[in-house]
Amino acid sequence: MMNNLLDVENLWVKFPNRNGVFDAVRGVSFTLGRERLGIVGESGSGKSMTGRAILRLIRKPGIVEADHIKLDGVDLLGKTEKEMRAVRGQRISMVMQDPKFSLNPVITIGDQIIEAYRLHNSASKADAYRKSVEMLEAVSINDPERVMRAYPHEMSGGMGQRIMIAMMLIPNPEILIADEPTSALDVSVQRQVLDIMDKLVKERGMGLIFISHDLNLVADFCDRVLIMYAGRVVEVCDAKNLHEAKHPYTRGLLNSLPRLDEPSKRLEVLQRDPEWSKAPSVSGRV
Amino acid sequence: MRAPLLSRLWSILKPVLSTLASIAITLLGLLFVTFIIGRIMPIDPVLSIVGERASKETYDAVYLQMGLDKPLLMQFLYYLWDVIHLDFGTSLLTSRPVADDIARVFPATLELATIGIIFGIVLGVPLGVLAAVNKGKWIDQIARVIALVGYSMPIFWLGLIGLLIFYGILGWVGGPGRVGIFYVDVVPSVTGLILVDALLDGNWDVFKSAFSHIVLPASLLGYYSLAYISRMTRSFMLEQLSAEYVTTARVKGMSEWDVVWKHAFKNIRVQLITVIALSYAGLLEGSVLTEIIFSWPGIGSYITTALLSADMNAVMGGTVVVGLIFILLNIFSDLLYKIFDPRAK
Repeated sequence: MMNNLLDVENLWVKFPNRNGVFDAVRGVSFTLGRERLGIVGESGSGKSMTGRAILRLIRKPGIVEADHIKLDGVDLLGKTEKEMRAVRGQRISMVMQDPKFSLNPVITIGDQIIEAYRLHNSASKADAYRKSVEMLEAVSINDPERVMRAYPHEMSGGMGQRIMIAMMLIPNPEILIADEPTSALDVSVQRQVLDIMDKLVKERGMGLIFISHDLNLVADFCDRVLIMYAGRVVEVCDAKNLHEAKHPYTRGLLNSLPRLDEPSKRLEVLQRDPEWSKAPSVSGRV
Repeated sequence: MRAPLLSRLWSILKPVLSTLASIAITLLGLLFVTFIIGRIMPIDPVLSIVGERASKETYDAVYLQMGLDKPLLMQFLYYLWDVIHLDFGTSLLTSRPVADDIARVFPATLELATIGIIFGIVLGVPLGVLAAVNKGKWIDQIARVIALVGYSMPIFWLGLIGLLIFYGILGWVGGPGRVGIFYVDVVPSVTGLILVDALLDGNWDVFKSAFSHIVLPASLLGYYSLAYISRMTRSFMLEQLSAEYVTTARVKGMSEWDVVWKHAFKNIRVQLITVIALSYAGLLEGSVLTEIIFSWPGIGSYITTALLSADMNAVMGGTVVVGLIFILLNIFSDLLYKIFDPRAK
């Protein structure tokens, strides 16, 4: 039995609308240890919603329901908004897709990182500044002093995402949710950003939830994978065994990708079976 | 070492020079338009000076004196020359130089508009932010009703009712005019703004009287800009609150108050400046109805009266001043953009 950081049981995310209630996430359960857990699925499969629901960032009118979302044995759903603020950033943090949008365009990078640190640590400005510079160095930024003074629009995408990682890891959280962290980046810098994130997560003994639509990336990078479809987890498997996955949806996704080692004239088209979205969620608990 | 010094000097001077050039060009365009209006108006400028019953000789003499026999281009250059020397001619109505008239009426409007816009900003911006943050809740609905009333009530009605209640019945504020009748011309006119002049003179009685006279018309004008500013603020804020960096701020563990004011609000400053500058310019143009109801000797009623009596010198002078205000406010808000948005540098 692994030492669980996070334990999610029967998570639902619902959005009431005129035609009733839309369920974005339907009964998802999983646990997270000090490991890299991948959540894969197409757009609209509920993978991002799952990440945001854990942080209780689903805004009204959205509703989050679950038997429990336990962080170190304490249910996050029972916490007040104020108590949640002490969890966000400090214990669970999140890196989002595109640094162009996820960094505030009119505040210097330095101020944004310092702010992230000082929200959870009573440090002097000078200490926070020093700590921020160290953190930027840790994400392989060569001239941190200059970057601290710069604004987000002066950074490239790869640099922006490394800054985002530095900002989200500076309060030293136990869990990082990475929501498509490399989808907006050039292929050439994707690997570099992932390696930096991986190194930091490992060094600090953190748990990582890696949300992506890229099967190969997840198979390569994670320890365990949840495959989501229409708000449900349809299959759970070890990342190294992903290519032996059994569920027809996972198989269909894998077969629709071109492979260098097995060239084929025509790629398969994913055939969706409506039955998949009715079957109950598979548990990703360990 | 000389070249870098020169280029640094140039990098400082260049934006200043280009700003001045753009002011000059816009102003030239404006003067061209006012000149054309002055010429194509079906009013004989000579007749309006000499009167209907002047003799042919007088008429011709004045005609030549005004340079109307010269080519149009020369006339335009003469006009430019006069304007550069702040000579807008003499007003037929007041028989005083138009420049003096404007120097007298414009401070009245400036005083009223400035207090009005401050009222509009101080209440309108927080109201708009509050409405955006509580979108769809009762606070949003109340803000909507307040703005809607501001948009749709005619100011002459609201002004008269305001005078009736607060001046006529309650006696809380001063009546029409800029200052109580006993205090007219008591303090020396330095800036033309009575509130400021009274302070400079240290005369509290005049200050109180002027304040009680300005408070009602200024808050009425302020209410109208509040309606506009709060609605615009609300829509700018809604746009920012759905941005991804707002989620980032929440993920950091920031309180909602700080998310709104330290992150989202900083991003609407530039748009807000545009809206505020435009409504301020609108107020500085003078609001004829308000000025008439409150017997406020401002530029709005000055230009209107001049227009109705075909006093073209006064109309053209007033138009140039109003245009100049728009140009200066535009330049000023451009400057503020560069301070508030690092991407505009």
